[in-house]
Amino acid sequence: MHDTANPEAAAPVIEIRDLWIDGKLNETWAPIVKGVSLSLRPGEVLGLVGESGAGKSTIGLAALGYLRSGARATAGSVRIDGTDLLSIPEADRRPMRGTRVAYVAQSAQAAFNPAHRLMEQITTVAVKRGGMRREEAQKRAVDLFVALQLPEPNTFGERYPHQVSGGQLQRAMVAMALICNPSLIVFDEPTTALDVTTQVEVLIAIRKVIEDFGVAAIYITHDLAVVAQIAHRVAVLRFGEIIEEGALDRILNDPRHPYTQSLWALHDMTLDKSDQHGQGGGALLSIESVSARYGDFAALTDVNLQVEKGATVALVGESGSGKSTLGRVITGLMEPSEGQILWDGKPLATKVQRRPLETLRRIQIIYQSADTALNPRTTIRKIIGRPLKLYHGLRGKAREARVTELLKMVELSEAFADRYPGQLSGGQKQRVAIARALAANPELIICDEITSSLDKVVQAEVLRMLLDLQDRLGVSYLFITHDIEVVRVIADRVVVMQNGRIVEQDDTASFFAPPHEPYTEKLLASVPDMAGGWLDAIIAQRAV
Amino acid sequence: MEKSIDLPPPRIGRFRHIVNLLRTAPRTAKFGMVIVGLYAFVAIFAPWLAPYGEAETVSRIPFDGWSSDHLLGTDRLGRDFLSRLIYGARNSISIALITTLISCTIGCMTGVFSALVGGIVDQVISRFVDAIMSVPDLIFILMVLSIFGSSIPNLIMIIALLTSTRFFRISRAAALNVGSLDFVEAARVRGEGLVWISVNEIFPNILPLILSELGMRFCFIFLSIAALSFLGVGIQPPAAEWGSMVRENAALINMGDITPLIPAAAIALLTISVNFIVDWLLNTASGLTDEN
Repeated sequence: MHDTANPEAAAPVIEIRDLWIDGKLNETWAPIVKGVSLSLRPGEVLGLVGESGAGKSTIGLAALGYLRSGARATAGSVRIDGTDLLSIPEADRRPMRGTRVAYVAQSAQAAFNPAHRLMEQITTVAVKRGGMRREEAQKRAVDLFVALQLPEPNTFGERYPHQVSGGQLQRAMVAMALICNPSLIVFDEPTTALDVTTQVEVLIAIRKVIEDFGVAAIYITHDLAVVAQIAHRVAVLRFGEIIEEGALDRILNDPRHPYTQSLWALHDMTLDKSDQHGQGGGALLSIESVSARYGDFAALTDVNLQVEKGATVALVGESGSGKSTLGRVITGLMEPSEGQILWDGKPLATKVQRRPLETLRRIQIIYQSADTALNPRTTIRKIIGRPLKLYHGLRGKAREARVTELLKMVELSEAFADRYPGQLSGGQKQRVAIARALAANPELIICDEITSSLDKVVQAEVLRMLLDLQDRLGVSYLFITHDIEVVRVIADRVVVMQNGRIVEQDDTASFFAPPHEPYTEKLLASVPDMAGGWLDAIIAQRAV
Repeated sequence: MEKSIDLPPPRIGRFRHIVNLLRTAPRTAKFGMVIVGLYAFVAIFAPWLAPYGEAETVSRIPFDGWSSDHLLGTDRLGRDFLSRLIYGARNSISIALITTLISCTIGCMTGVFSALVGGIVDQVISRFVDAIMSVPDLIFILMVLSIFGSSIPNLIMIIALLTSTRFFRISRAAALNVGSLDFVEAARVRGEGLVWISVNEIFPNILPLILSELGMRFCFIFLSIAALSFLGVGIQPPAAEWGSMVRENAALINMGDITPLIPAAAIALLTISVNFIVDWLLNTASGLTDEN
């Protein structure tokens, strides 16, 4: 699809052959990468796709000859321009990093040192290892800022990391990777932490510099839609093995391995719209002209919203739009400055401490990160059992039975009850968090970005499970998310927020049908399409 | 859609886990554990191990040299030095241990409480603690002991109170960190009380940090008791205590006799051993957090 790659012309930039890497877990070594072979020619972009824990990042770092502590290579070779990185001493590998192979990390926020100016951090490698003079490096950095379409390229480098937005910082890291003109860049989920609208900007910038500079790239992601816009070739990774590899078009149109096919799960998932929820019931929760502020900052302005019995309302918006703040106001963790919240027609106390236990029981919340939402020192049995005791006074055998039942509901086996959260995968933890919410027999569950830290496959499973549970239990969901695809699958009604205000509120069907509000239009246009060429279309459209 | 997620690998039992942990401990930590075990053994079985009584005058010769009757000689009152050393372990260690436990309890409870309540209450408690910490410990203790008299309960209470400020600081800081996590917020939204949250959500997560602080503070308390005894206001004669044994027999050093250095060395060895164990605990504790 892109004409920059010329696969047959030159010698490979990188050749990974039969790479085995062991990881250390609980004092024992087990293989996490099992005989992976890859090779890239100059200018070629390989998409490395797989769920978390598949070994994507381990392979990405191995391409730099780097292994995390607790990992060791047991066999195979990683050749960059003919040199086997794994057989030379670390002191010889180090000068190659940043100059011949570069790395772009997932979270730019965590990767930049907040105490230094961007320019300083971007040019360091070029000055120390690339043999450039400082002025030379700075001039090149400014050129890169221009190429990456960063604002005010001449002074951009003088800012500190906290003074630029997430998307800009991510592009600054791409500049850092490109500064020495490497022959290979490893992109490790560079857009995963970004909003959809920001993601597009970063994707466009990455695509452009890859083409302009003719650099080869390994693009690691779990999002096939993103890979479809960037890569020439795709390798699908599972449990440390490449299970399918091929040209982008082939993988997109004719996936052969069942696992690759299942990566489409969420995309292909459709809700039977004839079975619209929440039509019969009245409003369970109504938010009436609620405003809230952090100091002088107005986080919410005049928000009106209703959630009907048994319905799913999706609350959509970019980060910082006030979605989560609204969740906090509903749960009583934050007091609104104006307006009121009605529950079944009666006003709710604004502070959580003043709400009776019976009210607290009816509204449960599930958090984005199950890692921090579950106490790591408590067994799953206790975590799920606590609300049972607190709200329903269940003890002993009755509680045990109910815990097992709840685990079954979230499709986990009984054996999980005695485990600690640290022993579970991300998806399993989220299921436990859902079970804990269900333990209360709630009438409304606030789901705060609960699928955004999960892989597509796991996401689809969790969403399907939530819909099943809704059918069985008649619970309402207020689904806070920035993922339009999730909205399409799960919501009965969509509410769009921007800068603390509601800008659109509509049934799901009419929400996705034009005409749209301008902001909604932008939001919808930013969601990557599975088909290749979507980004090309956007770039072409902008060029006009 | 009746599918359960497959079973993860078998769980390691708690006992096996502890054995594993001990087996993989570094050599310094093992050394520390052996020494501390030895001290504990001596302290517990002192009456059976010591050849003579604690305050028993067994020889008419003061400052007698080393002999087969009195392995480490006698002190200025003709008491057996080895026996006093053994009894000294009992007094010094038990008092230091009790003091450490009391100060830890006071400090951690107020620390976690202060962090969870926050606001003005937190400010008042914290500034009060700062005020206490700003006075040098030894001078503070000397002052209080000279007012209330030098008795073992007084000694324990004042040192425990002063040390609890350190426990307060560390447990408050740790509780603030843990308290900002979602599971604590979830507990608040669920309607849990302050005590329940402290005991079930906060405390298990700050325990490793507190345990290591416990070891360190034990050393410091031990040293301050020895120092106070050396100054003459600590544990009062005739009870044997290593600090006072150094002082009482210090004159011997002028005569080229190293006997008074033995209790000093005993203090040093215990301190080093406890620190070895603490270092190892700290390492494994920080390792625990990135295990997930």
